[in-house]
Amino acid sequence: MLRLDHLEFGPPGFAMTADLSIAGGARVAVIGPSGAGKSTLLAAIAGFVPVTSGRILWQGDDITDLAPARRPVSLLFQDNNLFPHLSVAQNLGLGIRPDLRLTAEDRDRVGRALADTGLDGLGERRPAQLSGGQQSRAALARALLRDRPLLMLDEPFAALGPALKTEMLDLVARICDRTGATLLMVSHDPEDARRIAPDSVLVAGGKVHPPRKTADLLDNPPPVLAAYLGKENGRP
Amino acid sequence: MARRTQPLTPAALVGAGVATALAALTLGSLTAVAWAARETTGLGAEDWAVLRFTVTQAVLSAALSCALAVPLARALSRRRFAGRGLLITLLGAPFILPVIVAVLGLVAVFGRAGLVNVALQAIGLPVVTVYGLHGVVLAHVFFNLPLVTRLLLQGWQAVPAEHFRLAASLGCDGLDFARLIERPILRRVLPGAFATVFLLCLTSFAVALTLGGGPRATTVELAIYQAIRFDFDLSRAAQLAALQFALCAIAGTLAMALGGAPTTAAGLDRGVERWDGTTPLARLLDALAVCLAAGFLIVPMVALAARGLPGLGSLPPAIWPAVLRSLLIALAAALLATAGALALSSAERYWQFAAYLPLAASPMVMGTGLFLVLNAVVFADTARPSRDGAGQCCAGPAICVPRAGAGAGGNRGDLGAAGRPAGSDRRGAAALSASAASQAGIGLQPWPFGGAVDGRSGRDRALRRTRKRNPSAADLPPDGRLPDGRSRRGRALASGAQSGSVPGIRLLGARRCFVLTISSLGRPALP
Repeated sequence: MLRLDHLEFGPPGFAMTADLSIAGGARVAVIGPSGAGKSTLLAAIAGFVPVTSGRILWQGDDITDLAPARRPVSLLFQDNNLFPHLSVAQNLGLGIRPDLRLTAEDRDRVGRALADTGLDGLGERRPAQLSGGQQSRAALARALLRDRPLLMLDEPFAALGPALKTEMLDLVARICDRTGATLLMVSHDPEDARRIAPDSVLVAGGKVHPPRKTADLLDNPPPVLAAYLGKENGRP
Repeated sequence: MARRTQPLTPAALVGAGVATALAALTLGSLTAVAWAARETTGLGAEDWAVLRFTVTQAVLSAALSCALAVPLARALSRRRFAGRGLLITLLGAPFILPVIVAVLGLVAVFGRAGLVNVALQAIGLPVVTVYGLHGVVLAHVFFNLPLVTRLLLQGWQAVPAEHFRLAASLGCDGLDFARLIERPILRRVLPGAFATVFLLCLTSFAVALTLGGGPRATTVELAIYQAIRFDFDLSRAAQLAALQFALCAIAGTLAMALGGAPTTAAGLDRGVERWDGTTPLARLLDALAVCLAAGFLIVPMVALAARGLPGLGSLPPAIWPAVLRSLLIALAAALLATAGALALSSAERYWQFAAYLPLAASPMVMGTGLFLVLNAVVFADTARPSRDGAGQCCAGPAICVPRAGAGAGGNRGDLGAAGRPAGSDRRGAAALSASAASQAGIGLQPWPFGGAVDGRSGRDRALRRTRKRNPSAADLPPDGRLPDGRSRRGRALASGAQSGSVPGIRLLGARRCFVLTISSLGRPALP
C-alpha cells in the first residue's frame, strides 16, 4: 500500500498537499487540469521533488528520504526514456545493472523482456532507429526488468496515435497483472483512465484528492474537473 | 534549366556576397602581398622552428584548456553555491578582456615580481619565469579554459532533464553516470571545442608577442608581423601567411571530421537538476575544481584592477578620443559581423566555409594587402612600395586591420588622412607613422603598468639581434618617442598600442565575435 501521510511537496509558491492511501495492486489514473501538478506528484513519490513535510510510506516503510534509486518505483516519462547512444538492449540492461556488466542469465532476461514487449530482434538498434511506439515499448520493457512494485507513467503515450495508445495501455495492464505492480498513470485523456484504471485521483487547486472510482469521478465531475473535461467528455 | 534544391533568395545572395567579400579580404589580401613580393625566397630553418612552436603551443593550449574545463564544468553543473552565477558570468570576462590587459594581469600574478614568485621566494624556492612556451600556454589557457567550460555547460544544458532523473532512478553514480551522461556530452562538445581553441591559438599574436618572443617562442602570426614590421620582407610574410592558411585548413578539416553528429534528443528543459556526485570525494573534487579555477581566473583580474584603478584619474585626456574610437569601431564591427553572419547563415552551405577564413587569415597580411591594394588603386604612382614604404606599411596594418576584421565595412576618417600624405609625400612616411601614432595614440607614456612587461634586461641583445637580422633596422622610422631601447618585444607592443590598438587584439576580438555569431546562429552545417 502506498500512503501519502499529510504530505506537502513542491517548489515554494506551488506547494501541494496530499493525504491518501492507494491499495497495493491498484491501477490509478491521475487526472486534473494542466499545470495542476500531476507530474509533480509522481516526481515527489519518485524522489525528484523535495518533500517539505509529511511522509511517503510504502508497505508501512518510510521512503520519504530515500535516494531515487532505492525507492520501489519505476517512472516512465513522456519522452527521453532511452539513452540515445546506447543500443535498445543496453538501455534495457540498465534496468538490471547500471554498469551493464550483464551475465548470460541477465542477457536472457533482456531477450525475454524484448520478446514480451514485441521488440524481438530489435535489441541491437539505437533508439533513434525505433518508431515512437517501439520506444515506449522499450521503456516499458525496462520497467518490466526492474520489477519495482510501483509503476508510474507520466503520460508516456501522449504522442502516440489512438490505436497504438490503446495497444500500449493493454500492454501496461498485462504487465501489471503479471507482476502485481501498483500503477499510477497521469493522463490527459479520460478514455485512458476508463480503459485501464478502475480508480482515479484528482489533482486540482494544490491538492491531491483521495482516489475515487474512475467512472464515478468522470460521470459526476466536481466543477474544476468539469471545466477541464468540457461538456462532451464530462457526461457522455 | 537545372533545378535547384533551394530557391535563391535575396538573403542567400547577400550571404554569397558576404562570403565573397570575406574571401577577397583574406585570400585576396594575401595574394596582393604575395604579388607585391614579386620574388619568393623560400622558407628557412627559422620559419620551420616557428611553425613547430606554433603547433606545439596550440596543441598544448587546446589540450590543457579542454582537460581542465571538464572537472570545472562538471562541478559548476551539479553544485549550487553562493557566487555560482557570478563565477559563470566571470567566465565570460577573459573573452572580452583585451589580450594585453589580460596578459598584464597574468604577469602581475606569475611574472618576475608577481604574487606567485613572491610566495615562492618567501618559502625559499627558486622563482619561475612566465616567459616562453609555458607562459604562452598559460595565457592561452586563461583565455580559453572559460570558453571551453561554457561550451561544456551548454552541453550539460542540452541534456534532457529526464536523463538526469533516469540516471538517478537507475542508481547511476560515478563511473556509470559518466558513461551514461557525461561521455556523450564530452564526445559531442570536446572535439569542436578543442579544434576551436587550437585554431584560435594557432593564430595567436599578442600573447606570443608579450609572453613569447625570441626565435624559440614565436608564432607564425608573430613571425609575419616581424617580417613586415622589421624587415619589410613581403615574400616571407606571404609565405608564412599561406602556411598559416594551410595549417588552419588542416586543423579545421580535422575538427569537422572529429566532431560527430549530435546524438541527444531535445527534451523538456527544466534546468539541470542532478542527483549524482553525492560522495564526499566527489564533493571535495568539485570544490577543488571551482576554487582553483576561480583563483586562476579571478586573481589576475583583481591584481590588474588593484594596480590599474588607482591610476584611473591620472590618465591623459587623450584617452577619451581613443575610447570613443574604440567604441565606434567595436560598434561597427559588431553590427557588420552580426549582419554578415546572419546573411551568411542563409546562404547555401558551401558558402559558409567562408566563415572560417578569417580564423586562418593573418591580420598583418590582411592589413598590408589592403594597404597595398588601396595604394595601387588610389595612388597609382606608389603602386610599388619602396623601402621608404616601410613606414607606410607599418602604419597601414594598424589602421586598416580593425576594419578588415569587422568585414571591411567601417569608414574611419583617418584612413584618408593617413593615405593622403603617404601618397603625396612618400618621404613623409616616417613622419606619418609617428604622427599617426601620436595622434591616435594614448601612447604608452607613461607605460601604465610600468615594468609589468619586463624584458628590458634583454633589450640591447634584442636590438642587436634585430639589427643583425636586418641591417637597415637601425634606421627604422622612429616610432614617435619610442627609440628608448625597449626590447623588440616592448617596442613592437608599444608601437602597436600607440597607433590605437595592437593590431591583433581587435581582430582577434572581431574574429571571435564573428565565429561566435555564426555558431550561435546554428553551426554552419559543413559536410
